[in-house]
Amino acid sequence: MRDVFINALGLTPAGEHWSTSLRELAYHAIEALHREAPDAHQPEALFVGNMLAGNLSRQAHLGALMADFAGLRGIEATTIEAAGASGGAALRQAYIAVASGAVNVALVVGVEKMTDKVGPGVTAATATATDSDWESAQGATPTALAALLMRRYMHTHGVALRDFAGFSVNAHANAKHNPNAMFRNAITAEAYVKAGMVADPVNMFDTAPDCDGAAALLISAYPSTIRVAASALATDTLAVHDRPDPLTFTAAQRSAQKAYELAGIGPQQIQVFELFDAFTVFSALSLEAAGFAERGEGWELAANGGIAIAGRVPIATFGGLKARGNPGGATGVYQVAEVALQLRGQAGATQVRGARYGMAQSIGGAGSTAVTHILERV
Amino acid sequence: MEISRNWRLQKQRYGLVGEVCPHCDGKIFPPRDVCPHCSGEAKTPYAFAGTGEVYSYTTVYDAPEGYEGNLPYTVALIKLDEGPMVTAQLTDVDNGAVTIGTPVEMVTRRLREDGNERGMLVYGYKFRPVLATN
Repeated sequence: MRDVFINALGLTPAGEHWSTSLRELAYHAIEALHREAPDAHQPEALFVGNMLAGNLSRQAHLGALMADFAGLRGIEATTIEAAGASGGAALRQAYIAVASGAVNVALVVGVEKMTDKVGPGVTAATATATDSDWESAQGATPTALAALLMRRYMHTHGVALRDFAGFSVNAHANAKHNPNAMFRNAITAEAYVKAGMVADPVNMFDTAPDCDGAAALLISAYPSTIRVAASALATDTLAVHDRPDPLTFTAAQRSAQKAYELAGIGPQQIQVFELFDAFTVFSALSLEAAGFAERGEGWELAANGGIAIAGRVPIATFGGLKARGNPGGATGVYQVAEVALQLRGQAGATQVRGARYGMAQSIGGAGSTAVTHILERV
Repeated sequence: MEISRNWRLQKQRYGLVGEVCPHCDGKIFPPRDVCPHCSGEAKTPYAFAGTGEVYSYTTVYDAPEGYEGNLPYTVALIKLDEGPMVTAQLTDVDNGAVTIGTPVEMVTRRLREDGNERGMLVYGYKFRPVLATN
């Protein structure tokens, strides 16, 4: 295996883009990438991360569509799907292609067009990431599954709703400085506690908003300042009820552990961590799984400022899923791009000082797939 | 939801029929043919008693298509007495008398309805707090 580098990136604002189509969104991210690196090498292969276009936009076969629409007609191109981890999984496949030598330059585009449907249609679509026969058939949704984990977490570890507020407050505070973020307003712990319920105890200020968005990365064997130091993917049971211990994100644990081994470092060297904060309980469980907190203590990092920019492990430095927005299959690509911006020193007001290693972790479903990437400034 | 699919799941939906592993005696629900405990082949049907307790629960206010008519409804993780956990709605809990650890029993209820009055009505298992015995 040879070294793989991130040579360029492109982001679009996450949000509701009523006048922009799925293919246009993806192309806007590629355009942004070309603006940043006009002389970048031409990609030999395109990996599209997408979760729901077949359902929401009645459009599958995004590899051929996006390659053609982006002026890359004829190149190798396929879609990678792993629910909320689709973007991270697309980068993982591109990484394997480049690291193995099969491809020299690969383009990764994560794209999601959530607003082609609204209301119960979107909820039904996102629920396809759960176990269709045994979870969603019972009326369970991704939010309901997160709520089941959160209530049990609160019960087992003696934690109150207010104790999770810090995750959302931190995300919104950081998003204020990110022009690509969906919600750039600050929120308070009081507002968090009083927010209307979606599936109790998960409320409107606890869950990340589904939205449109697209992000692109160009990776290759040609050196740049950002090396992909590790790439690892692991899975757990699809259904939450099949896990011996639902309060451990085993896939997140396994992929983080593998990534640390590959990079030759441990959690103590990670200076910025873009974790998958689709719900605050995911943040707590992810911090525990990646070795930043003991079991049942991940929430404390939100309560004591450990996740702030100047804290022990800054998270959601561009707003996270909660405030930047959660554009499904694009989210994992945003996360990695944001870590790259931190390591390049291009994070503006939320810059983490002197970071050499950063980590991004994307999660599909309620912990069923986890993809972890560690980036290194070289 | 597709007719063939509902027909295929009828033994589980109406009778909570899973499997028992002939190698390690592990009880399995939903059926999966490979034992999650010992990885042996497990295809022997086993009917669960339909009793257990609440591991966690949530009241849902944002429903997917087909479930809007039930809002708000309560989804729970039920730890069955034989061991496995199952995801199911709770019913008869309008008085709020549910908490983690509440003993529950299976009942058959309407799960969802598809489309207009010509659409399919899907029935299956839900759980309710165990009725007090006289």
